[in-house]
Amino acid sequence: MFLKKYLQDIYYAVKSLLIGMRRTGYYFTHHKEIITQQYPDNKDSLSLPERFRGEVVMIHDENNEHACTGCTACELACPNATIKIITQIDTTPEGKKKKALNTFVYHLDLCTFCNLCIVACPTDAIKMANTFEHSVFDRSKLTKILNKPDSKIRAGIE
Amino acid sequence: MPSLENIADIIHTWLNITFNSTTALLIELVIVAVSAIGLFSMLGLILIMMERKVSAYMQVRLGPNRVGPKGMFQTVADTLKLMVKEGMTPNGADKFLFNLAPFIVMIVAMVILAPLAFAKNFQLWDLNIGILFVASVSSVSVIGILMAGWASNNKYSLLGAMRSGAQIVSYELSAGLSIITIVILTGSLKISTIIQSQSDGWWIFKGHIPALIAFVIFIIAVTAETNRAPFDLAEAESELTAGFHTEYSGMKFALFFLAEYVNIFIVCVLGATLFLGGWMPLHFGTDTRFNELMDYIPSSLWLFGKTFFLIFIIMWFRWTFPRLRIDQLLNLEWKYLLPISMFNLLLTTLMAIMGWHF
Ligand code: SF4
Ligand code: SF4
Repeated sequence: MFLKKYLQDIYYAVKSLLIGMRRTGYYFTHHKEIITQQYPDNKDSLSLPERFRGEVVMIHDENNEHACTGCTACELACPNATIKIITQIDTTPEGKKKKALNTFVYHLDLCTFCNLCIVACPTDAIKMANTFEHSVFDRSKLTKILNKPDSKIRAGIE
Repeated sequence: MPSLENIADIIHTWLNITFNSTTALLIELVIVAVSAIGLFSMLGLILIMMERKVSAYMQVRLGPNRVGPKGMFQTVADTLKLMVKEGMTPNGADKFLFNLAPFIVMIVAMVILAPLAFAKNFQLWDLNIGILFVASVSSVSVIGILMAGWASNNKYSLLGAMRSGAQIVSYELSAGLSIITIVILTGSLKISTIIQSQSDGWWIFKGHIPALIAFVIFIIAVTAETNRAPFDLAEAESELTAGFHTEYSGMKFALFFLAEYVNIFIVCVLGATLFLGGWMPLHFGTDTRFNELMDYIPSSLWLFGKTFFLIFIIMWFRWTFPRLRIDQLLNLEWKYLLPISMFNLLLTTLMAIMGWHF
């Protein structure tokens, strides 16, 4: 009984080690699997995965309209106080008063790209972009306003 | 066709004609020392490059590819960097032992080179206990490692050195037993006789299953003896910074680094000699046409081919398997490898007595 377990252990150990070696052996012989991007050389043909987190941007459509209601859920979700939402009170044509977004301030230098703000947003107004070349000479350039000038909230978004 | 044997002969006769025999011997010793150092530096450059490329491809990366064509000169650049770096000695260290340790490790590696046969009739010292010599001298290198760990006056170094000691002492047993397996089959400790006995087929083919088991155990044991992953507890970057050579820098670090690769080379030459026929070309029984065809390939190429094949396997291990814990490491040796190799030894003895091998 003991001997059986002993031999079984050896068998499974050797088998699992061989499975591992087959995997690395496969990678060793199949160079097309290599995922390294030779960055500055292939600047034109650089392909980044969809999930790559470069910076937070606000989605604007062709009419310069976004979906942000100024609810500040993203500001509350952010662990680093990267986002500052400045709101204003709008008056609708019917004469009702309504809170709306004035300025979406985004401090790129504080962001850890954790994606929590994007998950928190109830209207999917913001997303992660693929851009990653963020170096600037002055730190103040990293403070960005995400809503474009004169943009307004798309109709029907509550 | 100039073989290594001919070149050595020509130099030997020329020296003996030109000088008296004592001077000739001294000059020959110098030549040997210089070529050993040359071999070591070449090995360092080639093996480190090879390791970096192999590891890169196995990890789906590209590896060094900027310095020189396809990154070939990366290791040369690294060596230059290490040479111009300052070799520091920590204040609290035992200065004498600290500076001595890398040289001990290196000299041990050089001494083991003596009985190894690199090509047909090309051997420095064909002493009649060649295998025993290699096995015993190689264990001296652990003294260098312990010395480095102790003299560094650093907890990581000491831990790494102690682990290395425990590891080498235990794995030497199974390495030794698997070497004895072949010694039983050959009936000799002399390296040239061992190689000659494989002229009609390598032991790994002739020795059936016992030789195969011994080969596997040998490879595992020497991987552990050279402190390579998955048995690299002596260095264990993630736990001990760099283990026994944490405090070393510059050229002294380079010597440790080089010694690791030279040791791999040496144990692989040994493995090739014992199990894969050394410089002996691939021969099968009495099929003379096939055997003659194989003889056209120079014997040194055969040896280096086999050695690099074994080195590749050891690198393959390193970049596939995770590191063992110290208790797992000792379990593996004392509960698995040692009993198996003892049983294997009995089997081989039985086989040798009954004459079941070819
Ligand atoms: S990604 Fe994370 S850190 Fe960056 S703004 Fe969003 S919540 Fe804040
Ligand atoms: S981006 Fe989304 S979560 Fe943030 S204020 Fe606008 S609607 Fe709310």
